[in-house]
Amino acid sequence: MTFKIAASPHAHQRRTTQQVMRWVYLALIPGVLAQTYFFGFGVYVQLALALLTAWAAEGIAMRLRGRPVAHAWQDHTAIVTAVLLAISIPALAPWWIIVMGTAFAIIVVKHVYGGVGQNLFNPAMAGYVLLLISFPVQMTSWPIPNELAQLQVSISDTVSLIFSGFTQAGYNLEQLRMGADGITMATPLDSLRNDLNHQMTLSEALSKPIFGELGGIGWAWINIAFLLGGLVLIKQKIISWHIPGGFLVGLLVPAAIYWLFNPDQAITPMLHALSGATMLGAFFIATDPVTAATSNKGRWLFGLLVGFLVFVIRTWGGYPDAVAFAVLLANMTVPVIDKYTQPVAYGHGGRS
Amino acid sequence: MSNEVNTYKELTWQGLWNNNPALVQLLGLCPLLAVTATVTNALGLGLATLLVLVGSNITVSLVREFVPKEIRIPVFVMVIATFVTVIQLLMNAYVYGLYQALGIFIPLIVTNCAIIGRAEAYASKNPWHHAAFDGLMMGLGFTLVLVLLGGIREILGNGTLFDGANLLLGEWAADLRVELFSVDYPLLLAILPPGAFIVMGFIIAGKNWIDNYRAAHAEKPERHVTRARVTSQ
Repeated sequence: MTFKIAASPHAHQRRTTQQVMRWVYLALIPGVLAQTYFFGFGVYVQLALALLTAWAAEGIAMRLRGRPVAHAWQDHTAIVTAVLLAISIPALAPWWIIVMGTAFAIIVVKHVYGGVGQNLFNPAMAGYVLLLISFPVQMTSWPIPNELAQLQVSISDTVSLIFSGFTQAGYNLEQLRMGADGITMATPLDSLRNDLNHQMTLSEALSKPIFGELGGIGWAWINIAFLLGGLVLIKQKIISWHIPGGFLVGLLVPAAIYWLFNPDQAITPMLHALSGATMLGAFFIATDPVTAATSNKGRWLFGLLVGFLVFVIRTWGGYPDAVAFAVLLANMTVPVIDKYTQPVAYGHGGRS
Repeated sequence: MSNEVNTYKELTWQGLWNNNPALVQLLGLCPLLAVTATVTNALGLGLATLLVLVGSNITVSLVREFVPKEIRIPVFVMVIATFVTVIQLLMNAYVYGLYQALGIFIPLIVTNCAIIGRAEAYASKNPWHHAAFDGLMMGLGFTLVLVLLGGIREILGNGTLFDGANLLLGEWAADLRVELFSVDYPLLLAILPPGAFIVMGFIIAGKNWIDNYRAAHAEKPERHVTRARVTSQ
């Protein structure tokens, strides 16, 4: 009889990268459905474009590097990158936005650094930042929620808008984004920032039609849907609670303190939690296993840092939302966090 | 005499390729990344750096016997600062538009490590004519990389080449401007500092790729294996 000797860890889950990635994008489904309900079918066109680009880019990059192409297609990491980027950008953005962003994310951010598992920065968020600082107009032109829209956009109109910039009736995106009063509507975070900077009080800023009871119309429910998907991931042990927990604490505690001290000029913690990309960022983006910290203590610190940066940038920064910048900045600190939070192996260290 | 020719050949090769200040030594990256949004700016700063480098190398080489080792760095910095001031005043007088476009980066040539690096590493140990040639080649290498980087960023970000060349070369150069394509929404990233880092990374990668390719395809000296015959027949 022979004894099989293996190195630790001895108890582990036999999950392949492909299975982990499949859980991640399945858990995004509630959020995508909510986004479809409020913002129309554009997100599916973006998803299709992003997936096609990601596959093509992955294939080209692997071929250039002289590695098996099929292998890269099978691990599904490119799918997650493509899906995250497609649901982060405005649903009716022109087609070249998502194509350029996905190609940059896969080829430059992922493969130049050595492919899957080697990248320093979160590919989807680096692609997002490239697009946001290069094309600020397109990247902040979110459509208005369906229930406020004057013109309903059909599926064929959606396709036509994304590829040509006009609906079949000849309306462009700018015209579709106008409310009943003829004023273009911004996203909730954008509108709040502008109004608070123009010396309006919070209650005045919240009286605009884009706000409902919980927060921005549509955005609140989208965030709740992403929260549900994220809780499924924690339940399935795909991600640990440390990063989302740290993210939310790091965002909401400073936000609450700031709000308690000047309740009329600050965004409430509730609005912080249910606006923009908060839940998507906390559960799906910051938890990327490659670019986040690795030990539990490190993950907790990493999450706190991302959340706090989101609060700082949303409150004092120049861009409407902050998750992408916060995640990239925190990615840079990961080597340091990992160095100082390395767990002590059993039998080493401790009190001497 | 052929030794002398070889020295110049070696200096050329070192400055332009093997030991290029921008691509290999990675010196002077601050101006390199900051001003290369257009070819014109890149060329202007490259030429200014080149002139300062040649002047400082010659001067440092000429005074190298009289400068005590302990205070050589302050002396080199004084020499470089003098030449930078001269260049700055000249640019202010003759190419005022470019002078304004480059702004703080002209006086900052003083802190360009490529220049003090050459003064310390080469000019302070070699005769003046070698030092002058070294400065010329290092400056040329630096300028070429600046222009290449500026060209790529200008094409990606603006779709033009030689935009504003008249600021540097006079009125006739306004015709040099080439419009390659025009888009409604330029890729702003290429003009912004992150674009400079990314393009610079690709240029360095390209240089390393060429080096590897040449090394792999270099003529290998044929090896004659002479084997002692150990068995009869």
